Amino acid sequence: MIPLSGDLGNAKGIVRENLGSLETRRGTSTLKRGFAHMLKNGVVMDVTTVEQAQIAEDAGAVAVMVLDKLPSDVRKAGGVARTASIRIIEEIMDSITIPVMAKCRIGHVYEAKVLEETDVDMIDESEVLTPADEFHHIWKWDFTTPFVNGARNLGEALRRIEEGAAMIRTKGEPGTGNVAEAVIHIKNVNTELRRIKSIYDAGDEQDLVSVARELKVSYSLVEETASLGRLPVVNFAAGGISTPADAAYLMTLGCDGIFVGSGIFKADDAKERAQAVVLATTFWEDPDKVKEAQKMIDERQSMLGLDTKNLELRMQERGSTA
Amino acid sequence: MSGISIGVLAVQGDVAENISATRMAMDELGVEGIVSEVKTPEQISDLDGLVIPGGESTVIGTLSLINGSLKKIKEKIASGMPVLGTCAGMILLSKKAKDRVVGDMEQPLLDYLDIKIERNAFGRQKNSFEADVSLEKIGIPNFRGVFIRAPSVVDAGKTVEVLSKIDEKIVAVRQGNIIGTSFHPELTEDLSLHKYFVNLVQKKN
Repeated sequence: MIPLSGDLGNAKGIVRENLGSLETRRGTSTLKRGFAHMLKNGVVMDVTTVEQAQIAEDAGAVAVMVLDKLPSDVRKAGGVARTASIRIIEEIMDSITIPVMAKCRIGHVYEAKVLEETDVDMIDESEVLTPADEFHHIWKWDFTTPFVNGARNLGEALRRIEEGAAMIRTKGEPGTGNVAEAVIHIKNVNTELRRIKSIYDAGDEQDLVSVARELKVSYSLVEETASLGRLPVVNFAAGGISTPADAAYLMTLGCDGIFVGSGIFKADDAKERAQAVVLATTFWEDPDKVKEAQKMIDERQSMLGLDTKNLELRMQERGSTA
Repeated sequence: MSGISIGVLAVQGDVAENISATRMAMDELGVEGIVSEVKTPEQISDLDGLVIPGGESTVIGTLSLINGSLKKIKEKIASGMPVLGTCAGMILLSKKAKDRVVGDMEQPLLDYLDIKIERNAFGRQKNSFEADVSLEKIGIPNFRGVFIRAPSVVDAGKTVEVLSKIDEKIVAVRQGNIIGTSFHPELTEDLSLHKYFVNLVQKKN
């Protein structure tokens, strides 16, 4: 089981206050990571309008992610991609009951503050938007609202967790409709996890120290992760997922759930596809049910997609050196 | 097979945490039996007790309706099977749910526990909180409540016993063999509530 501890003792995001005569605490690691645990085995869908958010909720999405443009349109539009309009985020929060997430630019502390004040349920510090600081991600312990971050490998994942991320997702290559990069990223993470688990099991502390140096994270986090043999937070798949079979495949690779971006609302059969991806994520262990889900969609209506080898913009490389 | 069989509804949400808490509660009590993930009506029909975990109640309800699990769970509850519902689980057990902001909901419910729920009663995630609660009536004077976008009970029928309140809001109830909590006992290391539930299941058998 994934632990919920991992608090930074003096985290500024922890708020102590009284509810009636009771002492309460908000923004603890248990609450932030616990929130992510409630999303497990679910599908988070990218939406840009109230109407799309309602379709997502009716289809069984576990949460929605509000953007100004879907990632494939971000790709086409070029220019600078920023956080979504606050008014649209608020309209969506008032019209559905499931959690509402929104993206901020990597390192943009004040976009994140604005989203926290807006009361979104989780903030995605996302490479889909144009980074504001290539060298520093947000110090997420300063926030009461939980964060999710993208990662292509174990080092990126652990560095984000050390900064206070309560949840990790693969980066994949957003807006391409191509699942190949997400597959590479989760396999990278799995391979590296197996490696450090075997070092841990062999009791070779010296080698674990060199892993910590190599990944540029603290020894204690490497040791905790190695002993678990998995990331110490919930880990979702994201970036390029378009069909029920894509979702089910990523679940078989050990992902705890799925983010779908352009895949649903860039397809011509969005409503059916949203339901089908949810069904395939829930019943991924049953190939017959995934077949039924796949049957609900029409491949001729899938987004055309892009070859990830010859892209002008590789979003996954954003923020990867920090 | 010897011992009891407890299932955790494994559609969506924090299933593993409830499996682990139930397993540890049984081990500490020295109760024999198995704890397993259940998804299908067939798996549910063999159970002596069921835990409905935290997660999104709309998702768990919609998907359990699709594959017929919801109907089977209702039958089993009617025959007296003990159920523990935490957060989303309590919402699913209820007769009626409304959202604090959006209003009346038409989501699929088990329609059994005679309570009306207010979803997201304490606000959104930023207002999620930890606080000590008390469930004296079932012998748990102090328990760490982890409330995540938690619901509260706004109306409880005559057959429903209120087990705990926080700031005048009802956060834990019992109706016969059904226990519902707004908070997540499975996210704490305190096993008292899961132990109480395991004892209920064992007494029934």
